[in-house]
Amino acid sequence: MKVRDIIGILDAQVLQEGDLDTEVITACGSDMMSDVLAFVKDQSVLLTGLMNTQVVRTAEMMDMRCVIFVRGKEVDPAIVQLAAQKNITVLQTRYRMFTACGLLYLNGLRGGCEGA
Amino acid sequence: MSMLSLKYEVPGDDFTRAGEASSDVKHKLKQLGYDPGAVRRVAIAMYEGEINMVIHAGGGEAYVEISPEEVEIHLVDHGPGIPDVEKAMQAGYSTAPDNVRSLGFGAGMGLPNIKKYTDDLQIETEVGKGTTLIMKVRPGA
Repeated sequence: MKVRDIIGILDAQVLQEGDLDTEVITACGSDMMSDVLAFVKDQSVLLTGLMNTQVVRTAEMMDMRCVIFVRGKEVDPAIVQLAAQKNITVLQTRYRMFTACGLLYLNGLRGGCEGA
Repeated sequence: MSMLSLKYEVPGDDFTRAGEASSDVKHKLKQLGYDPGAVRRVAIAMYEGEINMVIHAGGGEAYVEISPEEVEIHLVDHGPGIPDVEKAMQAGYSTAPDNVRSLGFGAGMGLPNIKKYTDDLQIETEVGKGTTLIMKVRPGA
């Protein structure tokens, strides 16, 4: 799917628009950035409930193209600002982590670490 | 022969700025047309190291030497040192305080991640004096 497809699937708000036509195949959902950094499998989407600029830094280091903040949390403007510099899309959805991941999985997105 | 020598101050009091040095190194390696796999491994390993410096050691300095054969990074801090390096290398072992975990780190994966993504890792540490991490990443390795 493309990043723009995620917007509809998660009924998401676009807080920062990067390249919405980027093709994404895998995603990772975690509030622990070290866990995200532990498994490089070309995940291009990060779902998280953690709210600080290190989320964007982590996405940047991993070459991820889209960060999704779950549970409708208010997103700090500093996060959006950093993401804009790095051309990373920032979305916000009211869905909780489990549901957001499930909806994306149902629509074809995978974990990228099969069997793990 | 070195293509590029870089030096960064890693501020110890500002968590929001942690990762700026790694971000800059990543950007420069990309500009040099460095092997993308190596660029990502450098970025992740150095970023974890930078976070460690901020969490545990009050910041420090980062020195980066880039050559066609390898990227060598020295992360130097003047923090408390690591009393038991073997333990610190175990996945899941952490001495980070709870407030660090609420920031998304401190899961005991920092040093194991650094080891995983580098081709060579040396840890020089002395309790009460500080720690130096020397990591090397080679393209295509």
